[in-house]
Amino acid sequence: MKYGYYPGCSLERNAAAYDISTRAVARTLGFELEELDDWNCCGATEYIAINKLAAYSLIGRNLALAQQQLHASGNGHLAADGRAQLIAPCSACFLNLRKADRYLQEDAKLRDTTNEALAAAGLHYDPGTVFVRHLLEMIINDVGCDEIKRHVTKPLNGLRVASYYGCLLVRPRLGGELSDAEYPTELESLMKTLGAEVVDFPLKTHCCGGHMTQISAEVAYELIRRLLQNASEYRADVIVTICPMCQLNLDAYQTRVNQHFGTNFNLPILYFTQLMGLAFGLEPKAIGFGKEIVSAENALIKIQRSLEPAAASAPSRPRKKKEEGLPMPRMPEDEEVSA
Amino acid sequence: MSDELNLENAEERIGVYVCHCGTNIAGIVDVPEVREWAEKRLKNRGVVLARDYKFMCSSLGQELIEKDIKEHQLTRVVVAACSPHLHENTFRTACKRAELNPYLCELVSIREQVSWVHTDKQAATDKAKAVLSGGVERVRHHQPLEPLRVPIHPATLVVGGGITGIQAALEIADAGRRVYLVEREPSIGGHMSQFDKTFPTLDCSACILTPKMVSAGMHPNITLMTWSEVTNVSGYVGNFVVTIKQKARCVKTDLCTGCGICQEKCPKKVIDEVYEAGLGYRKAVYTPFPQAVPKFPVIDIPNCTYFQKGTCKACEKFCPTNAIDFNQKDEEITVEVGNIVLATGFDLFDPRRIPHYGYGRLANVFTNLEFERLTNAAGPTNGNIVLRDGKTTPKVVGIIHCVGSRDRNYNNYCSAICCMQSLKFAHIVKERTGATVYNFYIDMRTAAKAYDEFYQRVLEEGTLFVRGRVAEVTDAARLPGEEGKLIIQVEDTLVGKQRRIPVDMVVLSAGLQSRHDSKEVAKLFGISCSADAWFIEKHPKLDPVSTMTDGVFIAGCCTGPKDIPNSVSQGSAAAARVLTYIDRGEITLEPVRASINETQCSGCRICNNLCPFNAILFHADRMVSEVNAALCQGCGTCVAACPAGAISGTGFSNEQIMSQIEGLLLLNLNGARTQEKEMAFA
Amino acid sequence: MTDQFEPVIIGFTCNWCSYRAADLAGTARVKYAPNVRLIRMMCSGRLDPTFVMKAISGGADGVLITGCHPGECHYIEQNYKALRRFILLKRTLTQMGIEPGRIKLVWASAAEGVRLATEITKMVEEVRALGPLNWDHHNGHQPLAISHQPEEVAA
Repeated sequence: MKYGYYPGCSLERNAAAYDISTRAVARTLGFELEELDDWNCCGATEYIAINKLAAYSLIGRNLALAQQQLHASGNGHLAADGRAQLIAPCSACFLNLRKADRYLQEDAKLRDTTNEALAAAGLHYDPGTVFVRHLLEMIINDVGCDEIKRHVTKPLNGLRVASYYGCLLVRPRLGGELSDAEYPTELESLMKTLGAEVVDFPLKTHCCGGHMTQISAEVAYELIRRLLQNASEYRADVIVTICPMCQLNLDAYQTRVNQHFGTNFNLPILYFTQLMGLAFGLEPKAIGFGKEIVSAENALIKIQRSLEPAAASAPSRPRKKKEEGLPMPRMPEDEEVSA
Repeated sequence: MSDELNLENAEERIGVYVCHCGTNIAGIVDVPEVREWAEKRLKNRGVVLARDYKFMCSSLGQELIEKDIKEHQLTRVVVAACSPHLHENTFRTACKRAELNPYLCELVSIREQVSWVHTDKQAATDKAKAVLSGGVERVRHHQPLEPLRVPIHPATLVVGGGITGIQAALEIADAGRRVYLVEREPSIGGHMSQFDKTFPTLDCSACILTPKMVSAGMHPNITLMTWSEVTNVSGYVGNFVVTIKQKARCVKTDLCTGCGICQEKCPKKVIDEVYEAGLGYRKAVYTPFPQAVPKFPVIDIPNCTYFQKGTCKACEKFCPTNAIDFNQKDEEITVEVGNIVLATGFDLFDPRRIPHYGYGRLANVFTNLEFERLTNAAGPTNGNIVLRDGKTTPKVVGIIHCVGSRDRNYNNYCSAICCMQSLKFAHIVKERTGATVYNFYIDMRTAAKAYDEFYQRVLEEGTLFVRGRVAEVTDAARLPGEEGKLIIQVEDTLVGKQRRIPVDMVVLSAGLQSRHDSKEVAKLFGISCSADAWFIEKHPKLDPVSTMTDGVFIAGCCTGPKDIPNSVSQGSAAAARVLTYIDRGEITLEPVRASINETQCSGCRICNNLCPFNAILFHADRMVSEVNAALCQGCGTCVAACPAGAISGTGFSNEQIMSQIEGLLLLNLNGARTQEKEMAFA
Repeated sequence: MTDQFEPVIIGFTCNWCSYRAADLAGTARVKYAPNVRLIRMMCSGRLDPTFVMKAISGGADGVLITGCHPGECHYIEQNYKALRRFILLKRTLTQMGIEPGRIKLVWASAAEGVRLATEITKMVEEVRALGPLNWDHHNGHQPLAISHQPEEVAA
């Protein structure tokens, strides 16, 4: 399968690990990512609120380029319904592109004005011709956990992973790809497929603070603290993310948070593609390890140490022993584990 | 369409009656004008007289018709008045009294469908004329019909042994009639047997239920069939043939004394998902609870060591009367009954569908059924309200109303009993543990007798009420004081603030849902389900226990969420309806039925599969189809589908409807087209 | 009476749901256009497509077919059969030159009096905009003789 690829600004710099690991994983799994030529910034989260037309033109330019480039380069990019598929690894980029495509479809005036602006660059966008997808959703739905399992050569046994989705992929539900807006389970399924021990992380779709780190740092620190606190309480070794903003906030600001609150969190924040790469047996350096601020060294050591098959799959959540107390209700995951 | 009279109908003498209905009709429709028009313009269509009267349905109005029938030898009557759903029978009976077949009378609506819904008087009057004309054309093709008489078998089948089914069965049995009471579980009792106390009286549920269970078990007229399911139903009202599968208990009921030694000695413990709501255990050979009726245990074959591995047989060894029989097989029993009462009850909404409430992940989140088992003295904790660890008494309990109910994402309807149930829980928690109790509600629905007083009592006891939908139940502590607790995040709408309330235990008042297999059951018995899969009653207001299928009645929660008094009432109501039929010995069915003209039938069988009541049989020897008049409900689909036109539907025949169309378009008047309004309506 | 074209629409209702909806509109005194003349049948499944042909050839400008919502048919599933017939009928009539807007199918439960009234009013306006059908005028002087002859079977 071929897809159009929109890395976004973060992946060029502070989220380079995401970009590197994504491309590595793509090679292993055998799907092709064709980067958009001359793509520009998507406007991040604020621009739409500041200047609507400029923002939509900014985003629209990417969509127009995608329409041009992907439809031209052949059927590999096209979904069954004839739309060109554009993959965005960053949740904010994904949301901006998807939202813009949707609203340009619904609002004729906006569409016409935007196309007028694009015309100045000799571009034009027909809303609905480009299908924007988030990298996680594409991997889950198009590749599928069964196929991924086939490539897992070094399962991440013993690594306790908290899956953090952030908010932009799950809300608003523009396409409804993930199972629930507050409690999705796709990333957990993926982590389980990689052999990791999934930690029940209830704040998985709670806000990381976003750009509040720049605007009102204390608010952001509190939000970040809650996430780190909860993951620590669940004894997670690693928090896995799907968005560069979340990764940045949780990673780069961890020391600040520690200073501010007097805590001493030391949780590495990794991208899910990095963990996929690890499980596929790729070299950590080749998938961006070392770029993170809070070092993932301990987590890596932990896995090397426990490469022996784990003794009977550990329960995915702290459960009471059967002998004392009342039985817990049966959950669908239990059926999978015991199967 | 032509002006020419069908010679056959040349002798029809039609009487037309236009009602004023006070000013209801006459206020908008010019009734005298319509009358005059009918008399003049429809004369050569068979109308021999046209009258108008203030209130046709009054005794004087009816007498008018009766007199005219006798004096003018009327052969057809058309009344233009209110809706046939109101007075069709009134005028039919008037005709009957005057010895005119009641089915030769037609009532057309010029009130609900003309005077009450249009403001333009001229347009309304014209429409009334057209409607009347349609009725006149139609009635010419009416046939004199006789209602069908069908005998009623005196036995009754009651499906479902919960409180509703038990009530219905007892009422019918007490009247001296035989009842087959079929129940899927090993014992009757239903959900009510799981509860601890019942609101608002706080009666012990088992104490009020078990006497009824025992009566039902011992009643000479009730044949109790537990651990059984209905597998096939055929026939029609008064004459059903039902096949029931009695699953193998593996216990010889004639030898078993109910001593319970087998249960004691059985080494295999299993989580009891049904009776204990997953909170307690039972053995592989078990009776669901000590007061079970009948007292005979059953062997849970998939979990029995002997059946799965071939070893053990402890129950057999220890049984003092040799009642264990591993070789027992399922049995199929066929019974004949005249009527069926469905009282199959409800299932609970599965709160795992709301992941942010934490049920199944967070240990101390319980459902209402689990909580009932906790508080029940015979339950897994002997009535002690404790956390999932089985030991700790909670200090703060949060009870969440409307879980899965009143919610577009899950079930849109209100489950009727959860508010009272939640109040009951609040009261019991306070009484037994003195804990702080929070109830999170949207509205307080405490509408029946003594319910609101109970609410006030619980208020005075100090339970704290927060009006707001709970957003989340989480164990992610954020503020001091939250560690180790379950935090309920809720918007307190009366205060206008978001609140995080740390509690030890959360009870979810999960809503009521139809049984997971209610659609299949409905199909089995030939009735329909609503969009939420509750059984549909004939009329939600005026006929809540019958269904559209004669002879099949529904009662209790299977028709929709309701409390125990309402369920019991419905059980009694269904019983009363059944007894009416049995008492009369026969039932008359409306003669609106289809019938197949054998000489025209080509045996193509297109009609056979169209009938949802399986009323069409195919005679392979003669290569023709035939409609069973008693099973036929008169929908007419087969009539419309027959390519040969071999099926006719009495009451709604092709001739009748085609003529009505002609009449409505005023084609009967000198071939007038609707464009030539003035001429036609003048 | 205005000079405006007043369409005549024949409406087929089912005894259990849509006829009761029309009655409910009456008891609720909901006002709607007087252009629809209703025929009561027991079930929408009774609708023979020739009824619609009859209505059209007889001078109706439109036909409205109503019944219970899918899943709620009094006779369990007969409205699905009506739906099947309607789809084919509409296609056939369109091929005969009748604008699709003239034949409409509306599901209305016995509680939806207001909705039925709204649908009727809407349809009347739609048919009014289409103009008179004038079927017989367009197809020769004689109206199509789609009458129901009493059946005779050849020996």
